[in-house]
Amino acid sequence: MANRPKVLILHARGTNRDREAAAACELAGGAPEIVHVNQLRDGTRRLADYQMLVLPGGFSYGDDLGAGKLWSVDIGHLLRDEVTAFVASGKPVLGICNGFQALVKSGWLPGPPEEGVKATLTSNASARFECRWVWLKPDGHSPCVFTRGLDELIHCPVAHGEGRFVPADADTLAWLQKKRLIAVRYVKADGSPAGYPANPNGSLADIAGICNEQGNVFGLMPHPEDHIWPHQHPRWTRGERDGLGLALFENGIKYAAEL
Amino acid sequence: MDYRVEVFWKAELSDGRAEQLKSQVTNLGIAHLEKVSISDLYFLRGEVGPGEVDLLCRHLLADPVVQDYTWQRLEQDPPASRPGELALEVGLRPGITDSVADSLIRGAKILGVTLHQAATARRYIFYGQLTTADLQQIAREVLCNEIIHVYSLHPLKPPFAPPAEASDVVETVALRGASDEALEHISVARLLSLNVEEMKAIRRYFAALGRDPTDVELETLAQTWSEHCSHKTFRAMITYRGPEGETEQIDGLLKSYIRAATERLARPWVLSAFVDNAGVIAFDDQYELSFKVETHNHPSALEPFGGANTGVGGVVRDIIGVSARPIANTDVLCFGPQDLPPEAVPQGVLHPRRVSAGVIAGIEDYGNKMGIPTVNGAILYHPGYTGNPLVFCGCVGLAPRGSHPREPAPGDLCVVIGGRTGRDGLHGATFSSAELYHDTGETAGSVVQIGNPIVEKAVLDVVLQARDEGLYHAITDCGAGGLASAVGEMGQKIGVEVDLSTVPLKYPGLRPWEVWLSEAQERMVLAVPPEKLDRLKEICAGRDVELTVIGHFSGDEQLRLCHGVHIVGEIAMAFLHGGAPRLHLQAEWQPPHFSEPALDSGSDLTGELKRLLAWPGIASQEAVIRRYDHEVQGGTVIKPLVGQDGAGPSDAAVLKPLETGGWRGLAVSCGINPFYGLIDPYAMAWAVVDEALRNAVAVGADPDQVALLDNFSWGNPSLPDRLGGLVRAAQGCYDAALCYGAPFISGKDSLNNEFVDAEGRKTPIPPTLLISALAIVPDIRQAVTMDFKAPGSLVYLVGETRPELGGSAYYRLHGALGNSVPRPVPRSIETMRRLHQAMQAGLLAACHDCSEGGLGVAVAEMALAGGLGVTLELRAAPRSADLDGDVSLLFSESSGRFVVEVRPEKQRAFEELMAGLPWGCLGKTTGDGFFRLWGLNGRQIVQARVEELKSAWRGS
Repeated sequence: MANRPKVLILHARGTNRDREAAAACELAGGAPEIVHVNQLRDGTRRLADYQMLVLPGGFSYGDDLGAGKLWSVDIGHLLRDEVTAFVASGKPVLGICNGFQALVKSGWLPGPPEEGVKATLTSNASARFECRWVWLKPDGHSPCVFTRGLDELIHCPVAHGEGRFVPADADTLAWLQKKRLIAVRYVKADGSPAGYPANPNGSLADIAGICNEQGNVFGLMPHPEDHIWPHQHPRWTRGERDGLGLALFENGIKYAAEL
Repeated sequence: MDYRVEVFWKAELSDGRAEQLKSQVTNLGIAHLEKVSISDLYFLRGEVGPGEVDLLCRHLLADPVVQDYTWQRLEQDPPASRPGELALEVGLRPGITDSVADSLIRGAKILGVTLHQAATARRYIFYGQLTTADLQQIAREVLCNEIIHVYSLHPLKPPFAPPAEASDVVETVALRGASDEALEHISVARLLSLNVEEMKAIRRYFAALGRDPTDVELETLAQTWSEHCSHKTFRAMITYRGPEGETEQIDGLLKSYIRAATERLARPWVLSAFVDNAGVIAFDDQYELSFKVETHNHPSALEPFGGANTGVGGVVRDIIGVSARPIANTDVLCFGPQDLPPEAVPQGVLHPRRVSAGVIAGIEDYGNKMGIPTVNGAILYHPGYTGNPLVFCGCVGLAPRGSHPREPAPGDLCVVIGGRTGRDGLHGATFSSAELYHDTGETAGSVVQIGNPIVEKAVLDVVLQARDEGLYHAITDCGAGGLASAVGEMGQKIGVEVDLSTVPLKYPGLRPWEVWLSEAQERMVLAVPPEKLDRLKEICAGRDVELTVIGHFSGDEQLRLCHGVHIVGEIAMAFLHGGAPRLHLQAEWQPPHFSEPALDSGSDLTGELKRLLAWPGIASQEAVIRRYDHEVQGGTVIKPLVGQDGAGPSDAAVLKPLETGGWRGLAVSCGINPFYGLIDPYAMAWAVVDEALRNAVAVGADPDQVALLDNFSWGNPSLPDRLGGLVRAAQGCYDAALCYGAPFISGKDSLNNEFVDAEGRKTPIPPTLLISALAIVPDIRQAVTMDFKAPGSLVYLVGETRPELGGSAYYRLHGALGNSVPRPVPRSIETMRRLHQAMQAGLLAACHDCSEGGLGVAVAEMALAGGLGVTLELRAAPRSADLDGDVSLLFSESSGRFVVEVRPEKQRAFEELMAGLPWGCLGKTTGDGFFRLWGLNGRQIVQARVEELKSAWRGS
């Protein structure tokens, strides 16, 4: 790609999947840079100079007070103006795992944040951290710019203790469904509805990730950045290959490049 | 103003934590619990009004979707017990690190609310016919460990840290006039763990200086000379007496055996062995790999979560201490039986179930939060570990070759980065070198360390950047012995001067010696040239890592400790590091003899196989493995769980780090079998070296590029029989390492693993040697997993089976130990080389090592992992002439054996390659889902559905 969009990978204290997110963005044609929250705070980096924002996985601030909670205070209060302008300009934002938790708890997902927090990601139904591979069914007709046109199942790992998606009420769930904001769902390998462990955390309606109404802000609990080449597949020695998580990054980068 | 906030779950939503607690309580035998609910308590102190408290509740403390909250001002509205309600409140003891409270203060500040102090606690409300005694039992046996927690049946007082005054009190300890008896008394009273010879050497040194030592000096020497830091047993002169009465002088176990093997092998790819915080080998032309395994046994016995948590943190810091990025963690755990009846648990000891739950949670917490994949490990059970569990934590690092600087220069600043110093872990080094007594839990409270992985992650990020910018001349971690050990070692050659009053503290009140010895976690010490300091400060500030200059490297070869303007200690480096009298120890070895149980060859072998598969130690550990993130960093190409549905037990992990080029990878594996150690420590050493290599080779590692780590966990070495076994094991390590061509690059010993009960009886743990292997996988695309891949493949057993059931899982299943322990198989290395060639030629579809449970378990695991059946004839198995029964053939644990799957079109090439080695083609894989074995006399001895074997193994 001639134009490699600049991707800001936001690092908060305790973020740890930033390097993998950067590798995925790079492979997808982007020019990633890992930037510490403090660098945005003190003005040595400006969010507006980037075409895409990724909030990667990890344990920001130790997940003290709840997963992603303190990071949500960063993006919901400390960096609110910059993030608001970025989202309003239509640029793509991707939150993965801890980044998804921060986007949901700050109200950016499903958004808009002025309307308050409409959902949460809470302790897994098993009350345990779990690391396992899952299948994701993207909704190709969702407004989400990251899943646009995707119909192949994506195979990638989850690794979290607080990933159970709970909407604030039945109306919110109905609205998410109606607007097709549920961009990825957990399914079984054959595409049929997931029970545990295919849905690893007890998320309502098998929700793995959602986007905002504009489709440019997207978050999910699983880690597509951990399946960007075939030897990461858990059964590659059995000759198996499945949909890479890379597809989501390629879509995001392509969209960012065209803005 | 002080506030108390209670955050609780909305009634209509299920809280997983509460469900878990309910089942734990039921396990205690408390039957009448109907329901339990859990709320989080926050105590806030500051000049804040109700509006601000409400703001904090809404934006920070409660999740509005699933939680509600209440708050009250403590002065106006003190909380009272609600009549009829059964509740418990549990908080941390004041002074114990409460990282959530620190985060709370930071978050509040961003929201514009300034708090002076915060503390957290939990409230548990029970519903059902429970008594106060039940609640107390729940508190003590499930919810809290009184070493770090306080609990109350009434509302807790806010557990704020009490105010304390700064202290500069230094005592002088009168040694010069003290008798030898008095010296011993001083050592015991001050928990110095120094013997009388060592105390006398110290008395002599100070007498020559014409003064008595300060407490700072005495503590520094005790610390530096401790078993934990100086490995005095492994360096001791030993008089060894063998079974025939023959005697031998051994000039240090480390020098004579472990290091000697490495020196004789002189492998060019070994870059650093036994010198740095970790061993280092070459990965390729650009990168090097480091590996270290540590134990954290005694802290884990007292406080399982904190002990294991900081065990991981400590070994990760060893890797940061060689300027490397941690890329994988390992953990090997030895616990007492999980089903031990409560009355069989000795006084003062936590139940093995509680120990294992805490240890596993501690490992999970630290590794996952630091973003290091936990990729390899093992869990073993034996009654001998009940009072003294073992927790081995390992870490592998990756760094550009030659990027680790090692030489501080005079004039360099002595800089501490990371966490603050508190009373945590005082006397950890001397404590870890002592035996555990039943009341240790009561007296050793201050040795407990509490970890904060997020601080360590930030420290890691700083160090890697500082390394890349060349900002330091030397680095080491603060582990056992704290600053005393770290700074003392770094300045060993040139001397160092430190002002203890500059060390940043968590809370005031620490005496100078406490500051110097504290084992507070997450601290690194660096030697920084003055001109680089500003840049290092900038990097630290950018990542919210605290940096303090505490002194400088002097060039006068003295350790000089000041507190402000006062000198509180001064010791010549030569005496500190070379003044300890060398230990002379007696060792004696008489091999024990255990009778061989009679085998019933007519027994139900299908049933035996199922029972073995369900046996703790063999059964699936999936429930534990999935709690560790083994995918983070994106490099885990062969995972701990493999096969058709991710249920098969991988022999080893293979990693291909993101930043390295090409297809080269690394394998991490281990070997451990203390049950052989009970019979013959020498044979054990061979067997576990073989097992560690076997596991690595089974996934694709090159057997000629394997580096080993030794971790001995043993009983009290001053007892000749314990030491005799240790000598035998070290001799086994030497012989095996030379035979396999695998050098040791690092090791650690944990001695005095004995539990002394209330009657004074001493129980040593089983002699335990963990061998960890780090090996090169030349091309990860040729890696192989243990699951059968397709029906119609040929199944081979490579390596000879002998009647060696001594210490086997099969014998132990039948309550016996036996004596016929697996003997060394020197030609095993040749088998490994050929199998490696076969893998490189793409001839193997699957490969699995035969270890615990023997051939029967190995083949069953391959079948259940692949979802395929087998039809096998045991008559075709290569075996020794004296092996004459199906039981031996199925369950003997002879070393040097692999089961492999070969596709029919590769049969010829494979068999040609194996020429001259013992191998046999046992039969074929099948698609019918049946596991069928025919015995030596041609009759069918096992028939089961693979699904049945799988559910036995998975416990489902």
